[in-house]
Parts: sequence; C-alpha cells; structure tokens
Amino acid sequence: MTTRAEYCVIACAEAWRDNGEVLASPMGLVPAFGARLAKRTFSPDLLLTDGEAMLVGLDGTVEGWLPYRRHLTMVTGGRRHVMMGASQIDRYGNQNISCIGDWQRPSRQLLGVRGAPVNTLNNPVSYWVPKHSARVFVERVDMVSGVGYDRAAAAGPSAARYHRLPRVVSDLGVFDFATPDHRMRLASLHPGVTVEQVREATGFELVIAAEVPYTREPTAEELRLIREVIDPRGLRDREVRTA
Amino acid sequence: MTDKSMTCEDVIGQLHSGMTLGIGGWGSRRKPMALVRALLRSEITDLTVISYGGPDIGLLAAAGRIRKLVAPFVTLDSIPLEPHFRAAREQGALELTELDEAMFMWGLHAAANRLPFLPVRAGLGSDVMRVNPELRTVTSPYADGEEFVAVPALRMDAALVHLGRADRLGNARYLGPDPYFDDLFCEAADTAYVSCEQLVETAELAKAGPPQTLLVSRHSVTGVVEAPNGAHFTSCAPDYERDEAFQRLYATTPWPEFAARFLSGASEHDYQSAVRAWHEEQQ
Repeated sequence: MTTRAEYCVIACAEAWRDNGEVLASPMGLVPAFGARLAKRTFSPDLLLTDGEAMLVGLDGTVEGWLPYRRHLTMVTGGRRHVMMGASQIDRYGNQNISCIGDWQRPSRQLLGVRGAPVNTLNNPVSYWVPKHSARVFVERVDMVSGVGYDRAAAAGPSAARYHRLPRVVSDLGVFDFATPDHRMRLASLHPGVTVEQVREATGFELVIAAEVPYTREPTAEELRLIREVIDPRGLRDREVRTA
Repeated sequence: MTDKSMTCEDVIGQLHSGMTLGIGGWGSRRKPMALVRALLRSEITDLTVISYGGPDIGLLAAAGRIRKLVAPFVTLDSIPLEPHFRAAREQGALELTELDEAMFMWGLHAAANRLPFLPVRAGLGSDVMRVNPELRTVTSPYADGEEFVAVPALRMDAALVHLGRADRLGNARYLGPDPYFDDLFCEAADTAYVSCEQLVETAELAKAGPPQTLLVSRHSVTGVVEAPNGAHFTSCAPDYERDEAFQRLYATTPWPEFAARFLSGASEHDYQSAVRAWHEEQQ
C-alpha cells in the first residue's frame, strides 16, 4: 500500500515535471526525495546541489560550482524552481518565514525573510507544508516574505513579470492558484483525505471544485525507487506520519 | 611592503563603540569568531552590525553589543533558529533592518563599487518594503521602464572576515568550496581585518591552490591575524567542520553560564582551552 508520505513525494516530484534544465532546490526531506524521483524518471535534465557549493548528479558526481553568490544569480536568471517551507501561507500564496506576531516586537522570531522576496519575483516557487493546519494556512500572514499573487500584481509589472507559484503540497493534498483571481485551489486530495478534513485544517476559504481528483498513484517503478533507492531508511515517514 | 600582521587585541584596539561593523561568512559557516570573541572581551558596544547572520550575531546580541542589525536571516544552519538572536528580537533589544539575501548582496556590491545604490528585482510586494520605509524604488531609464528596489549601499566602518590562509601583506585565500561574500565585505569597508587559520609566506600562499581562490587582496585589508581554529564553532572547510556538539551546547545553555565558562578568560587561548576541556569531559 502506498503511504501518505509516498503520495507527498509524488506530489512534490510533479512540481518539477517539464521544467527542463533548471536547478531543483528542495527544502525539506520530502521535497528532496521528490526532486530526486523527478530527476530519476520524468525530468532527467534537472540540476541538483549537494546542499553546499556544488552541482551534483544523483550519485554525487560533481558537475558544477554553485556558491551562494552564483546561486543568487541562478535565482534572478530564473533557471531554478525552488520548493520552500512556509510558517504561514495565505490564499494568494503570500508566505512568511520571518516572524510570528508584530514585526516590531515579534512573539516568535523565526529565520528572517532569507531569499523569499527575491525567489518569488524571479523563479518559480512552490511550497511544502508537512503539517497542514489553520495555523499555517492563515487568513493573513504576519510578515510577507514570499510574495503572493495579489501582492505581486499590486506591486506592478516588474514584480509580476516572472512571478509564478506553481503549487503548494501539504500532507493533505496539492493546491494551486489556477483560478481567475489566483486564489488558492484544492487541486488534488491525497488518497485517504476528505475535502472536509482539508477545509477544517485551512484558515481561509479554498476554491474547491465539485469533483476533486486524488493525487495520482505512483507507478510500481516509482515506488521501488522511493523505497529502495531514494529513501531506503524510510525518513519520509518521519516528516509525514501515515494517517 | 607593509607587514599588517597583528593580534586579535590589536584589531579590537582599532575599533570603537558606535561603529558600523560588517562580519563575513554565512550562517554558521566561516565566521571570524576569534575576532568576535575578542570584541566580547572589550567594552565596545552600540554597534551597527551587517551580516549574513550566524552565532556572531547571537553572541553579540546576548552580550548586548548590537544597537542595530542589518541582515536577511540569523541561523545556526543545523539548528535553524539562533536562540540568542530570537531572545533579543522577542525582547525588543535591538533594531533590525531586515533585507532579502539578494538585496543584501547588491548592497555590498554597491558599497564596494562606491555607488549609492544598485537596482534589484527583489523586495517589491514583500513586507521588506513595509518594515524598511526608508527603501526607495528606481525606474529603469530605458524603454522597458521597469521599477526596481534601489538597495542602498551597505558601507561599513570596518569588516571582519575569516579565511583559510593569508600572508602578512593582507592577501588571503579560501580553501573551501564557497567564498561567501568576504571579498565584498573587505571592499565595502573603510578598514578590513582578516583572521586566518594559518599565516604563510606569500610564495607559499600562491602555491596553496588555484589563483581564483586568492579571494581577498591586500589593497582592501588593514590587518591580518593568525587565529588557528578561529572560526570555531562554525565550519571552516576544509580545515574543520562545524563543532556540532559545541554548537548544541551554545544553543541550549543559559547565556550567563555559557559566557562564564567559555568567554570570561583573558584571551582566545583561554577560550580554546575551555573548549578542549569541555570536549574531554564529554568522552
């Protein structure tokens, strides 16, 4: 039986389908497994890093140099698709990793905005949320780090020009912004999850079609790759508990 | 030619309260920690610090030395959230100019190139603009007419960086895979101090690796300090990895206790001895 974590790996991998020769930058274990699965199967041209300054193949073979300063060029050049985390995200995809509460004196200081502003204006940005809850999927984020569709549009053509948020993957389903006004839509449910569960765990009203498809099944070969090659130690089950 | 070698104490003797200080490295990687520790042994305070923040910020914040921080993040990398920086922010103990990573980089470039600003496609639409109301935008003078954020130059009075090898003239080379932005820090500052793992003769420095790893040139360096293990507990590839056990201790020990045990000595030597003693206890 396919586990919830495995559906999440598949859903993350799909973010990089048809991306061509771009850097896949996954943050978190499940997105990392997804990127590797995509590269091993349907997106072989993807570039990966070792998490430090090297571009590496699936077996670790070094094929390039990517220190932070060049990594930032890759971001602004657009040849990259990152999957970031989100401490908060709203219906238009505005994301916060900076702090919780009032920025002047936060109740919880987090990382800071990091590269979220430059990422969201320059290269496609997807998000991974391992524990879908109304504390993460909020009406309003406390500090817009990653820019959502409404804010990008309001900031003008220079902000919107390369802005694209392909998908949000959580432990409950896949979400996108494929609606006329770019409000977040429930694109697919992971098998075993109900629409009601997603509604209850989301702090704003999602766009939900009458018929919501399920996240696709992995192929037998994909399952084998996940279980035997990519994550033989089963670390994915620590990030996403099987319901 | 000028021999610029000096001690940590000599460097700190040239700094003063109220300065704008840049600190190189990235997160918990290749931070000039020996110089930061020397700063902690001094009375210098009221600093404006510019940094891709790691434990340099945590230590200085915990000791109450930072008035204003300019940073896109503060992290210990393997421990995502820096506890002392968090505490300082949650207590409102320091002022913050929060910039995006790329905005920060172009601010360094602007300063190094003596430009008042550089345009970036970053920041627009984000709350970076809200929390930094002094930021301005600039419109492209060309046909596209696009609007960008004009990141002001991050000019600094002094920069502190740590590299693998240096000579007495102030030339320095990184031996790990990432230069970070240490050359820009040196060029963006009125004075710059390089600590290094090992001070070597110029001829030996040249032989230690390919020419493009000679990152910092002497014209942008005021002083050079030999500080073996001087990035501890951050990483200094390939000479050593981050001291994860010690970093955990740092992150979980109440500040007064940590400071009393490791930072109350009279010198960097005392610190290194205290760390060795702690490691021996752990075995």
